[in-house]
Amino acid sequence: MSMAFANDGSERADTPILEVHELTIGLPSGGDRSSAVQKVSFSVGRGEIVCLVGESGSGKSVIAQSVMGLLPKSLPVKSGRILLQGEDITHASQARLRELRATRMSMIFQEPMTALNPVMTCGDQIDEVLAEHTSLSASERRAKVRSIISEVLLPDPDRIIASYPHQLSGGQRQRIVIAIALVLDPVLLIADEPTTALDVTTQAQILRLILELQKNHGTGVLFITHDFGVVAEVANRVAVLRLGDLVEIGPRDDVLKRPRHAYTRMLMSAVPKLEVIERAEVPGAPVVLEVAGLDKTYFSKRWLGPDRNVVAATDVSFSIRRGRTLGIVGESGSGKSTVARCIVRLIDPTGGAVLLSGDDIATKSSSALHAVRKRVQIVFQDPYRSLNPRRTVAEAMIEGPMNFGLGRTEALARARNLIELVRMPASSLDRYPHQFSGGQRQRICIARALAMEPELLVADEAVSALDVSVQAQVLTLLADIRERLNLAMLFITHDLRVAAQVCDDVAVMSKGRMVEYGTATQVFTAPRHEYTRALFDAAPGRGFDFGVAA
Amino acid sequence: MFAFLARRLAATIPVLLVVAVLVFLMLRLTPGDPAAVLAGDAASPEQIAQIREGLGLDKSIPEQFGIWFGRMLHGDLGKSYYYKTEVTTLVGQRLEPTLSLTLITIIVAVLVAVPLGVLAAWRFGGWLDRTLMGFSVMGFSVPVFVLAYLLIWGISLKLGWLPVQGYKRIADGLGPWFIHLLLPAITLSVVYIALIARVTRAAVLETLGEDYIRTARAKGLPESKVLMRHALANAAVPIATVIGIGIALLIGGVVVTESVYAIPGLGRLTVDAVLARDFPTIQGVILFFSVIYVVINLLVDLSYVFFDPRIRY
Amino acid sequence: MATSASPVPAAAPGAAAPDFEALSVESATVVVQPSLWQRVRRNGSVRLGGAVLLLLVAIALAAPWLGTVDPSLFDPASRDLLPGKSGEITTLEGETIEHTFRMGSDSFGRDIYSRVLYGTRVSLLVGLFTAVVAITFGTLLGLMAGYLRWLDGILMRVMDGLMSIPAILIAIALVAMWRGSLLTVVIAIAIPEIPRVTRMVRSLVLTIREEPYVEAAISLGTPTWKIMLRHILPNTVAPLIVQGTFICASGILVEAILSFLGVGLPPDIPTWGNVMAEGRSQFNEFPHNIFFPGIFLAVTVLAVNILGDGLRDTLDPKMAKRV
Repeated sequence: MSMAFANDGSERADTPILEVHELTIGLPSGGDRSSAVQKVSFSVGRGEIVCLVGESGSGKSVIAQSVMGLLPKSLPVKSGRILLQGEDITHASQARLRELRATRMSMIFQEPMTALNPVMTCGDQIDEVLAEHTSLSASERRAKVRSIISEVLLPDPDRIIASYPHQLSGGQRQRIVIAIALVLDPVLLIADEPTTALDVTTQAQILRLILELQKNHGTGVLFITHDFGVVAEVANRVAVLRLGDLVEIGPRDDVLKRPRHAYTRMLMSAVPKLEVIERAEVPGAPVVLEVAGLDKTYFSKRWLGPDRNVVAATDVSFSIRRGRTLGIVGESGSGKSTVARCIVRLIDPTGGAVLLSGDDIATKSSSALHAVRKRVQIVFQDPYRSLNPRRTVAEAMIEGPMNFGLGRTEALARARNLIELVRMPASSLDRYPHQFSGGQRQRICIARALAMEPELLVADEAVSALDVSVQAQVLTLLADIRERLNLAMLFITHDLRVAAQVCDDVAVMSKGRMVEYGTATQVFTAPRHEYTRALFDAAPGRGFDFGVAA
Repeated sequence: MFAFLARRLAATIPVLLVVAVLVFLMLRLTPGDPAAVLAGDAASPEQIAQIREGLGLDKSIPEQFGIWFGRMLHGDLGKSYYYKTEVTTLVGQRLEPTLSLTLITIIVAVLVAVPLGVLAAWRFGGWLDRTLMGFSVMGFSVPVFVLAYLLIWGISLKLGWLPVQGYKRIADGLGPWFIHLLLPAITLSVVYIALIARVTRAAVLETLGEDYIRTARAKGLPESKVLMRHALANAAVPIATVIGIGIALLIGGVVVTESVYAIPGLGRLTVDAVLARDFPTIQGVILFFSVIYVVINLLVDLSYVFFDPRIRY
Repeated sequence: MATSASPVPAAAPGAAAPDFEALSVESATVVVQPSLWQRVRRNGSVRLGGAVLLLLVAIALAAPWLGTVDPSLFDPASRDLLPGKSGEITTLEGETIEHTFRMGSDSFGRDIYSRVLYGTRVSLLVGLFTAVVAITFGTLLGLMAGYLRWLDGILMRVMDGLMSIPAILIAIALVAMWRGSLLTVVIAIAIPEIPRVTRMVRSLVLTIREEPYVEAAISLGTPTWKIMLRHILPNTVAPLIVQGTFICASGILVEAILSFLGVGLPPDIPTWGNVMAEGRSQFNEFPHNIFFPGIFLAVTVLAVNILGDGLRDTLDPKMAKRV
């Protein structure tokens, strides 16, 4: 089922539901700036979807929470006004705000797994909204609950009403959250990254649901996101924020295709395209990594009840030649990370062979593994936890080489070279990780991996936690390194755009199995397996040309 | 759910075994010869040897343990050297006072501490919170017996409101029973209240930081509902846990409290037995207390079934 | 190797390639936080508890010069004097001197003031040693349990069993069996504290092992012992300091209880518990026997607990949630 642009991106000229005038919100002292947002102004019209986009620190979440009055006291509104249907609610009393919440304005948040009270049934949590704000009888309330559950397309409403959140999946929970938000038909819905934590296919469903409901109820939506693909799918108008300033606002096509501000232009160029960048294959390059029939099953024997074995990956086979990059794409639970960790031998495969330049490392004992370790290196997803906070950058980088006999001075010299290779100043070596931002830490991690002079570099969602612009920089860096060092790379990602930009060959995994494998061009232009096709169909903003004049 | 219950029950057994072994070893592996102590300083080596044989101390340690364990499973905890009666009889005699004291204490403490903890969490950082937490630290720090003497001096001696010491059986009247237990219960409950209030506050604070609290507020619910239906309901598990674990503190406090207030319970029995080097009684009482502790914690764990639907399904 | 267009397509024709570095939000400054040590020093609880503790240490060290006499000296003529009264006391050489009994005297005619001040030494020492012993053994066992799978199961069962026996009872039983001395009391009080430390260290080891930087160290070929030393142990120091402080407070308290019940240190060593034990029978008429040592005891334990709270808030805020 293809997802054509659900929102044609046209402008609505109706009376505004929400007006924000020159809003300035302060930050607690001691931070790097004095305000979370400065003099931000925008409006949301009836039936209109306005996207607030920005990278970290842009203040978009703060604005969303300020409208609902959910900001902590440490973030006061210093100046400006917030008007909901003409009523000034900037400094409204808690009692008034509580009246308005859920009845006129609702908010849904990012993490569906933790957004619901684990000890209350889903039905009760929806019912609570009705009981609090209306004087309907119990049976009337129940009827309303059933109807909203059907509207969010959850089957078998009676069962859902009696279930507890932990019995539902992430996507289902998010539908309950939406049900709670919309049951009293508010005029304004604030959605703070509602699909960021969901899989691509689930995300597509939820986005479609929000668009449907919004159209049927005529709700105005303030949609916060950092994903430009999503913006392309849902927005009528777009507002771009940078470090608390509104740098650009306008209709979707204007902002995304003909950006005027330098920052917006930079962002548009940073968004990876869903088109493959082809690189010619060098004939005769040796095979660096060959994986044959890799299996990983987690056994869990229980003396009471059936064994709960989890098959994380099964029958996975592929190969990577020198100088080429293979991407493994899949959603969460697909087994892609498991495969990566098996290859790096952080976990032990239960079957199959992993041949590193002909050498089977899958079955090597831990003592024999030591020699192998330097040949495969890995960069992890979370830059904030990948470096020991108590050791300097230099110490982190010389640890590996010194484990293999390199003397301290030579190791430091190598570290110095590599720090420059990743475009960081030499003074970084004496600093501690907390003195660096996420993108910088990730570069340090890449340098640390390269210090071992590996044959194969594994990047496990290495750019997933980074902002779009930082991501672009790190991807450029990786491409650069790949060229210079003629490295073989295994790139794990859930983001199809990133895969298109970086990978020469692509494998798609689903539920532990490899369902598609071929060159990037093949997989992206003519996918064979239906799962792959579903994955591409669900990719938001597919076919939208960012930063290119129409 | 049944798997959970079964697993918890099964996990208790190794713990109980370990307890039995430890209690047994504690007294057997220490230097000093019980037979010699019992015989007295003027005894001859033959007499000591005789006593040793009579007590079964000439056999190997594992054998002794086997005999002791076997007897224990049949409810035979041996005979007290000092009191010359069955240990089980002694325990039975002293049970009522200790049980009364601990039950009253637990009820009072939980009823006082949980609301205080919730209050402190709700008014986090304010003067109420700081005052309550200040009292909590003091409750931890002032030793039970010092507090006991303070209360006795103030309330019993100076004001004469409550009796100084002693215990009245229930059979002799509920009124006197309660009056005599009031001061000891208050003394004992202070440290328990301090612990529970503290952990309640921490547990509620932690739940208040969870995402579903934000959802609840976004629904427009008043703070009282957010606190009770959403925060406290989820904090119930850690609070119940600490009520169970705190029993250990309570038992320790019982020993001292009974000593000060001259209550003829199991705590007093322990002290007297220790002073008299009466091994069977010491072993028996410690074993008894430990088993009670394990059982109570097991019950607390099983109660999670009511608090957390994730365990039920 | 041939390459096609660079991965970053140019912006609108005619415009320069966007400057990522300058426009990126990452160029915003990283906030400088006060160092850990500064935060510890500034914390109110640390200051309060620490100050009182230092005062007590000073008293303990300076006891001989604070108007005290040898705590074992007694004089039947000066029995049961009320605080502030003066009386006679017989020195070791046999002389009789005038002495003001600032806190009164006990039923033997010993100076409570001297016994209380000298008792400070014992209590602080017991507290300190208990903490050191419990932390050392607990950490060793915790590291082993966290790293050696086969040992973990059985070790934790034993710890669970040990924790099921109320601490006071273990301490009482052990001290009763051994002769009471500083060593036996310290060990008897420390043993019941070890399981909690073991649990804490074990859970820390298990969590830190999951951290990506530890996995990175593994893939860099760092041997296990180096990982333990370099990556795991340093992150356990802060919680251990906090835990140690609380164990110290507990140790002081338990020692007093043991002595009070008559199963602690021998009666001739001046400890607060012993002084109170002596005076219990005459509490009605002579409460000073209990109150003065009691106040010192309460203040000391309070100070250590407050210090512990402050340390925990600054060094290991996550510990507040652990029971």
